[in-house]
Amino acid sequence: MVNRVVVGAHYGLRGWLVQRVSAVVMACYTVLFAVALTAARPADHAAWKAFFGHGWMRFATLLFFVSLFLHAWVGMRDILMDYIKPTGLRLALEVLVILLLVGCAGWAIQILWRT
Amino acid sequence: MPDAALKKKRPLWYNLNLLNLPLPGVISILHRISGALLFLFAAWLLYLLDSSLASAERYAEIKSSLAHPLAKLVLLGLLWAFLHHLCAGIRYLFLDVHKGVDLPTARMTSGVVLAVSLALTAVLGGWLLW
Repeated sequence: MVNRVVVGAHYGLRGWLVQRVSAVVMACYTVLFAVALTAARPADHAAWKAFFGHGWMRFATLLFFVSLFLHAWVGMRDILMDYIKPTGLRLALEVLVILLLVGCAGWAIQILWRT
Repeated sequence: MPDAALKKKRPLWYNLNLLNLPLPGVISILHRISGALLFLFAAWLLYLLDSSLASAERYAEIKSSLAHPLAKLVLLGLLWAFLHHLCAGIRYLFLDVHKGVDLPTARMTSGVVLAVSLALTAVLGGWLLW
């Protein structure tokens, strides 16, 4: 008989899966980015801007950033759950992490779609 | 009660010193530390990307400020953190699908992760930063 405290329907499976899927997306992007960078070799601001200006590059970079922030959330949540025992402090830090990541996500979109 | 007798025989003190961790354990804690580092510096890295794309003046400004040895050292550290997190992460994805879970293989792949991420940091750091 397993006595589990009911905390939700997923017992962490969703977070675990999000971490893996986002990891694969970011690993693929890293390879793509490295190949594109060595092909283009942007040397000044205009070339650097053009490098991120391609439609597909914006699309891929957006996917990377979304994966990054989801991944960072799961990872930071795990770290906080392991080391921060007082519930109130942990909740406060978790909220802080979420606000920071949501803010960064908005900022990243703004950087990519700025004209 | 054989369970109670067995419980009494268990060692009371575990050596949790990092130097006594087996190699897969070292990879594991470094994976966590590198992940936390990347999170802590994420906003700064985003600021660098923002500045580099904003205008030619800001691009030149950021370029000269990143030429500072301290900035290069931080970037080198973050490059290692990223590469270690990536390599160790790929190893964990294989462990998830039960590839390389036996002890000799797990130890061997830990060594590979440590060596490859350090070597890539040296090569890419040398190429991009110096």
